[in-house]
Amino acid sequence: MSNIPEQLRYAASHEWIKVEGDLGTVGITDHAQHELSDVVYVDLPKVGGKFAAGAVVAVVESVKAAPDIYSPVSGEVVEVNADLVKKPELVNSDSYGAAWLYKIKLSAPGEVAALKDAAAYQAQIGA
Amino acid sequence: MSDPAALKKTALFEAHQKLGARLVDFGGWNMPVQYAGILEEHKAVREAAGVFDISHMGEFFVSGANAKLFLNGLLTNDVDKLGVSQGQYTLMLNEEAGVIDDLILYRLHDGESLLVVNAAKIEEDRAWIKKNLPEGINFFDKSDSNSALALQGPKALEIARKLLGAGWPEPKRNEITAYAWNCQPVLAARTGYTGEDGVELFFGNEIAEPFLSALLEAGRPLGLKPCGLGARDTLRLEACLPLNGNDLSSKRTPLEAGLGGFVSLTKEAVFPGKEVLQKQKENGVNEKLVAFRQKEKGPPPRPHYRLFVGEQQVGEVTSGAPSPTLGYGIGLAYVEVDYAEPGTTLELEVRGARVPVEVVKKPFYKRAV
Repeated sequence: MSNIPEQLRYAASHEWIKVEGDLGTVGITDHAQHELSDVVYVDLPKVGGKFAAGAVVAVVESVKAAPDIYSPVSGEVVEVNADLVKKPELVNSDSYGAAWLYKIKLSAPGEVAALKDAAAYQAQIGA
Repeated sequence: MSDPAALKKTALFEAHQKLGARLVDFGGWNMPVQYAGILEEHKAVREAAGVFDISHMGEFFVSGANAKLFLNGLLTNDVDKLGVSQGQYTLMLNEEAGVIDDLILYRLHDGESLLVVNAAKIEEDRAWIKKNLPEGINFFDKSDSNSALALQGPKALEIARKLLGAGWPEPKRNEITAYAWNCQPVLAARTGYTGEDGVELFFGNEIAEPFLSALLEAGRPLGLKPCGLGARDTLRLEACLPLNGNDLSSKRTPLEAGLGGFVSLTKEAVFPGKEVLQKQKENGVNEKLVAFRQKEKGPPPRPHYRLFVGEQQVGEVTSGAPSPTLGYGIGLAYVEVDYAEPGTTLELEVRGARVPVEVVKKPFYKRAV
């Protein structure tokens, strides 16, 4: 059974975002980390990098695969989670907490409304 | 995404579901990629034991008075070196000396041999053999009616003894012996694809489920875990055992792949590709399959990543992964011979960036004897 917190918004490509004002914190969902399993490397964006919603922003690599992570919203990266470089396994143990990937200053806050709520994401993954 | 309903299933499909496996499409088969997790399963095989369903692999039986002669003209290795009950790694090549498949040939009796071939190549192999099959040689494809398990790891033999009982004729390295479990025939070969000691067990589909259950029950106290194809891939890569489709292909010869030790150019029999290999041996190869490791912590190598020296591309990765045993990224790549010596530093291109890697001696991992 996947953990899907109520207060977050979700992209169909399995990223979550927590929005506070015009600042978003982004990570991958519990379902995504479970599907990946054994995360061994995380490639993060550069601070100051600008990304459109749906653009490849990071890569979370497991033993078996190296899937792209897509930014759920448009904006400028203002902070990345440097802890993940040393401890990529946090993605498996705390995907909604210590394993946030980056913080982004939203350039189009209206995009958030188009993301899924917890119920819609739950329906998508059939959990 | 392929339709899971269209995928082939082994006789152990339901057993895998009950064991909590994650099932994926592997060459048209719905196979377990992992149960508890690749790292945990990999560790179990290196430290205790793991069992893999390898029922998707093909089993061909070749028999007849002249079967040995036929096989010597079909396969690269020298069948005359094989005594009864012995097995050898060998290759089946096309006329251009490209690899159709790599396989293990076991001599069961004087006039009967078993060929264990890759799952994705069963049809192609069968067609090639039938095309070359002379009068008087019998060929039976028993891939669909046979199941197989690979029991691998330092505790594998102890578990096999426990399961099969005191009367089991334990095969020596590369040997195969016939026995029975609950009156059902079981062939046990002392071979594997993990770099560990172990046995590969072949038996009929009808006993697959109870046999696996009994094996798991016998092995659990000794640390046996069911393992998926994910761990099988990292284990074989650490041992530098090639994977057909990745490291071997119809465009690469065994000499390029560093498998010259399994090719007899001195035997009398002429197998497809032999002349091409003789020429290649005289002239030397342009590219070689090498092992390389990451020098710094970084993104692991993956198939198709490119290798550079300065601005010049000198190779391409065919297999790559983070090594669970060693803790750094490892891979196999075809590299121009000038850059193939152990100790050579190359640059791996990962998503537009470059990371340093070093060509190393094969294999990455060798078990303590």
